[in-house]
Amino acid sequence: MRFGLISLVLAAAMMAIGVLFPWMKTIGILGLCYGLAALGVSLPARSGQVSFGHAMFACVAAYAVAFTAKAFPQLDGLMLIVWSVGLSTAFCAVLGLFMVRYRGIFFGMLNLAVSMVIVALLGKLYSLTGGTDGIRVDRPTFFGFVTERNEFETLLLGFTLLVSMGCGWFYQRFIHSASGEALSGLKTNETRLEYLGLSAHKVLWVGYVISGVFLSLSGAIFALAQGLVTPDMGSWMRSGEFVFIMILGGASHALGAFVGAGIFEVVKLAASAYMAGVWQLLLGVTLLVVIVVAPDGIIGALEKKKENKQGEQA
Amino acid sequence: MSEPILIAKDVCLSFGGVFAADHIHFELHEGERLAVIGQNGAGKTTFINICTGYLKPDAGQILFNGKDITAKTPRDIVRLGMGRSFQLPQLFVDHSVQQCLEIAAAARSGKLSWLTPLSQSVSHSEVLETMELVGLRDKAGELSGSLPEGHKKLLDVAMALMLQPKLIIMDEPTSGVSSEDKHGLMALIMQALDERKVTSWFVEHDVDIVSKYATRVAAWISGQIAADGAPSDVLSNPQIKKEVLGDMTC
Repeated sequence: MRFGLISLVLAAAMMAIGVLFPWMKTIGILGLCYGLAALGVSLPARSGQVSFGHAMFACVAAYAVAFTAKAFPQLDGLMLIVWSVGLSTAFCAVLGLFMVRYRGIFFGMLNLAVSMVIVALLGKLYSLTGGTDGIRVDRPTFFGFVTERNEFETLLLGFTLLVSMGCGWFYQRFIHSASGEALSGLKTNETRLEYLGLSAHKVLWVGYVISGVFLSLSGAIFALAQGLVTPDMGSWMRSGEFVFIMILGGASHALGAFVGAGIFEVVKLAASAYMAGVWQLLLGVTLLVVIVVAPDGIIGALEKKKENKQGEQA
Repeated sequence: MSEPILIAKDVCLSFGGVFAADHIHFELHEGERLAVIGQNGAGKTTFINICTGYLKPDAGQILFNGKDITAKTPRDIVRLGMGRSFQLPQLFVDHSVQQCLEIAAAARSGKLSWLTPLSQSVSHSEVLETMELVGLRDKAGELSGSLPEGHKKLLDVAMALMLQPKLIIMDEPTSGVSSEDKHGLMALIMQALDERKVTSWFVEHDVDIVSKYATRVAAWISGQIAADGAPSDVLSNPQIKKEVLGDMTC
């Protein structure tokens, strides 16, 4: 409940900052997109399966936005998001049928392999995809409004905040539901899951597809906010950043992904401003410190602290 | 005699040149408490693995409640009403005792909720009753991975019981439990099985436990059933005493 309240306060603060300082809006939207993506990566991670290729779903959704916007320039931004998320989720659902058969390093690397194939195709099929230059996405109408850049970003920020809170709410409900608990049960005992009459593949597939929805939303919104899609969106580097954010914030609560994304952005900005030559060093050290001091992430550590406090009072 | 709940017909399975199941014919009847004895490597667990779908036999057929389950997966067999506990308890070690049972209760319905909290999607009273039945009520909130071995074994059986099975197969339910706790553990398990009227089959090495809790004993030697009958008959059989129980005076 306390984290839910914090989420609401943070969302309101973010909207206020966006309105007061318009240049912060794009940063805010992109940060939330990173948070959504990390939230998606968190779901299979709860079953012990860490994907190093999940950015491909964001990339597929982003290119779906770009291609569709090019083919149907009159289409509303909301319709672009719905359509591209549906398409990318369908791709995720089909790919998931294959991926859920693998565990551990094979799961991680197979996702990575497929993402690399997609990135390579997007980079090489220049006449179709614009190669590494990518495809521009012109600003569409949004909820029927024809807007200037500033208003568009305000609408998109509000929409992204609502989507993030909706996904966060769903994540919280899901991880504590029977499906979510079975998913985390898969991490510790797949044999028992099968001997309870449950299909471990199906349990993981459900988590995988939901994670794909989160990633797709992230990619579709990212495409509209940035106005450009490039193959980099699906690169292994991007997937690694999502995993980084998940570890930083923790997968035990939805807020972890967004707090992780916030810290990631701040560290990245500070590092590029003050340690431009070695900014990866600062990111690496941050990750090391988090893993040593708070292996369950920042939110995980806070939750543990809260539980200990409650235990002492009891 | 009641109808057979489980029938094995001429079941064979070999690993290389070693016969782990060598033309086994076997019937288990409703209401029986079968103890399976045998030295390590005799094929006891292999036969359990065949009956629960973990291993497929090279030849032969397994019928459960009249249905052919030979080619079925563990998941399908569990859904037909066969529960299993393991020599090494198979628990969700990051979940509490109560959560483990709740997951099992949710699994029984075959449909897992997406939005309803786990505790609200199952019958709370049923979970409490099962914890009470196996004496784990006061451990409800403890992580299953942190329980002592005896309690882990109980929880493993309780998770299988939550599925309301017709038959439960327990692989060495007292192994790893201190000798003074073994009888208490078995008494609790058997009481729980009696209350639920569940037919049981357990692998056991302790003769005292076998004599006290089994209504029938089957002795395994080299992938074959060397003796099968009342506990007093099987346990006094000279071949079984010598080759299974290690009585050198026979």
